[in-house]
Amino acid sequence: MTQTPLAEDQVSLEQLTSVIQSFGKERKNLIPILQMVQQELAYLPPEAIQMVAAHLEIAASEVYGVATFYNQFRFNPPGKHPVKVCLGTACHVKGGEIILENFARKLGIQDGDTTADREFSIDRVACVGCCALAPVALVGDTVHGHMAPSKVEGMILGFQIEKEKERREKGGDES
Amino acid sequence: MNPDLYDEVRQAFTTLTEEAKNRRNAFRESPLPKIRIGMATCGIASGALETKKAFEDALAEYQVKALLKCVGCMGHCYAEPVVVIENPGFPPILYYKVTPGKARMIVKSFLLDGDPLFEHLLGAMEENDLIPPVADFPRFSREKKVVTEKCGLIDPEDIYDYIASGGYAGLLKAFHLRPQEIIQEVEDSGLRGRGGAGFPTGRKWGLAQSAKGDEKIVICNGDEGDPGAYMDRTILESSPHQVLEGMALCAYAVGAKRAILYVRAEYPLAIRILSKALEQAKECGLLGKNILGSGFDFEINLFQGSGAFVCGEETALIASIEGFRGMPRVRPPYPVHDGLWSMPTLINNVKTFASIPPILDHGSAWYKAIGTEGSSGTAIFSVVGDVVHAGLVEVPLGMDLKTLIFDICGGIPNKKHFKALQIGGPSGGCLPSDFLDTPIDFDSLKGVGAMMGSGGMVVMDDETCMVDVARYFLDFTQKESCGKCTFCRIGTFHLLRILDRITKGGGREDDLELLEALAQDVQKGSLCGLGKTAPNPVITSLRYFREEYEAHVKEKRCPSGGCRTLTAFYIDLQKCARGCDACVGSCPVEAIFTTRDRKKGIDQALCVKCGECMVACPKEYSAVKRVSPPHLAPVVERPKENS
Repeated sequence: MTQTPLAEDQVSLEQLTSVIQSFGKERKNLIPILQMVQQELAYLPPEAIQMVAAHLEIAASEVYGVATFYNQFRFNPPGKHPVKVCLGTACHVKGGEIILENFARKLGIQDGDTTADREFSIDRVACVGCCALAPVALVGDTVHGHMAPSKVEGMILGFQIEKEKERREKGGDES
Repeated sequence: MNPDLYDEVRQAFTTLTEEAKNRRNAFRESPLPKIRIGMATCGIASGALETKKAFEDALAEYQVKALLKCVGCMGHCYAEPVVVIENPGFPPILYYKVTPGKARMIVKSFLLDGDPLFEHLLGAMEENDLIPPVADFPRFSREKKVVTEKCGLIDPEDIYDYIASGGYAGLLKAFHLRPQEIIQEVEDSGLRGRGGAGFPTGRKWGLAQSAKGDEKIVICNGDEGDPGAYMDRTILESSPHQVLEGMALCAYAVGAKRAILYVRAEYPLAIRILSKALEQAKECGLLGKNILGSGFDFEINLFQGSGAFVCGEETALIASIEGFRGMPRVRPPYPVHDGLWSMPTLINNVKTFASIPPILDHGSAWYKAIGTEGSSGTAIFSVVGDVVHAGLVEVPLGMDLKTLIFDICGGIPNKKHFKALQIGGPSGGCLPSDFLDTPIDFDSLKGVGAMMGSGGMVVMDDETCMVDVARYFLDFTQKESCGKCTFCRIGTFHLLRILDRITKGGGREDDLELLEALAQDVQKGSLCGLGKTAPNPVITSLRYFREEYEAHVKEKRCPSGGCRTLTAFYIDLQKCARGCDACVGSCPVEAIFTTRDRKKGIDQALCVKCGECMVACPKEYSAVKRVSPPHLAPVVERPKENS
């Protein structure tokens, strides 16, 4: 971790102001604005909620109330490789919960959390609509069908190897 | 519409169809081989992108010229990635599970050397003398494609492909009819809302038309939150213009100028394809101001739902568009009188809108002839779970469940037995094998305690525990309950808690009676469909699988081995092969150890009961066993490290 994540967020927050201003002040824009903020920052920090509330001229608690109602919004930063484990009916029948447990065990975090190095985060999702491929897990935007507990370790290891490779290449350039 | 404008409108549409036909003919009549790859979400998840890349690379490498086209999904999710190849001199051939390696092979052997690779094809798309046609398979012959007819055949990102296959002709036809006549046509077709409740669509449109208000709004409900159902997504991804056309027809009939297409944010591909489709329709003058010069203005806005199951309920959906928490309110007043921003609002499901163009195109009598007396037309089901040919199936209503599961979808895999069918998602019920003769229609299913719902069907084999399935659904509805009604909010919580302790071996004598009583209270004390139907999985599983509940409560035993707390795995030392290490690598928690005589044992304290070792153990040994209750597993001591 060379950069503190917070500093990054601070910069994006400033850029955000102009984007929020591009929306009208009508209440109907609340959810689209929140969706846009989340797209920019990957989560909704308290500062952003304050900004949205100020723009729409409603209480921050009101914004927070709406945001927490919907599953799409998250309030802690996701990892670089967000893992989403599908727990739809088909995935449940085929053992999705075991896959989720395996990710949680290997990464040492619970679902909804992010690892300390912000590399991975785990979330459970209701259904991604790939039921014929159950059990399904998403890493980033890639859908992995027919998951098995034994595949989990390999997937995580793959990312770690890639990161290590990157690190070494970078180190090589410098020397 | 003003009759003076007929000629002008027809002229404008003919220009479009001419252009579409020219484009299609240029593709069709090209002497080059054509490759069509299914690129919907399920295709991509199965590796369609890699397959496409492999085709491109192989074509370049072997210097073969061919036309590549991306299409939507044909519903054969079990066979993804699906590729159809038209090679001159051969009928169009459907290939299944086309991996990158297979793609290369097809290019080399089929396109270059003319060998159609019989071992890798599923069948031919039309009758011929060379290759058995897919139409001979029950999957293809029993299906009746009305709504999904174009899915997987046209390029969803090209409006002209849709127009060339007869798209937007319904809209042209509608301009020659009075709105009342369109509504009559829809009413005559007997179409019932495909969102689950089955309200007659024609009647709803009539109500919307006669509703008082300066401005009316049409909403397409694509908030498909039902876990296990994805037909809306497939339609939106594979034939988006069909939905847009249906919405335009509806707006024209009821007198609306504005519509909102509400799609789940979890469907990024559908949103991207729809945005493109909306742009193209605008460019072609089929959306926006003065459509085709008819004087009819109509615009559609896309709204991304943010993931709340309850927003499938119409008043909650409206609240969510208005920027509030998606909580249902008391009806009446119905949205059709007092809806979005207090305007008369008509809400229909994606499948309902997608059914409208074919109805107007072929006529109501044609549609009415499909299906049964009370439920006409077809229904689309996503048949998933423990079934051989999982995927989307469109069948005429009235077909029995057995035909659907065993003939069309190939039955249960791995020589296991059918146990139950969960139909209708979290609001539906679990039906045992006695009900396999039940015809699929709105009323018959309600009669046996299930419901059509949005059409999700999950087939379960004899290794699925029904108590666990009920617990799963309650877990879902409990999380998704919006919290407005006390019985739904707290009732589902307690239902879940009781089910939870039953599956963990803590069930009490009176728990079953408690469940039944509580389930009825939640049904009665809730306002919207979510709470009213949330106890259905408990009620039906208690009714049809009571002995399974009793085994859990009285014997602390899970007969199907689905509840992990109540089961244990062990390795039968008589069967385990000395020196074999197959299971060791499969264990995610390193619970498997080697005994003194080089066989394997499972450390019960570490085991998470995932069952991977059972899969890994070679068939000829089959040494891994599952037992319930867990104390039946013989104890095998782990040898001391230094001995």
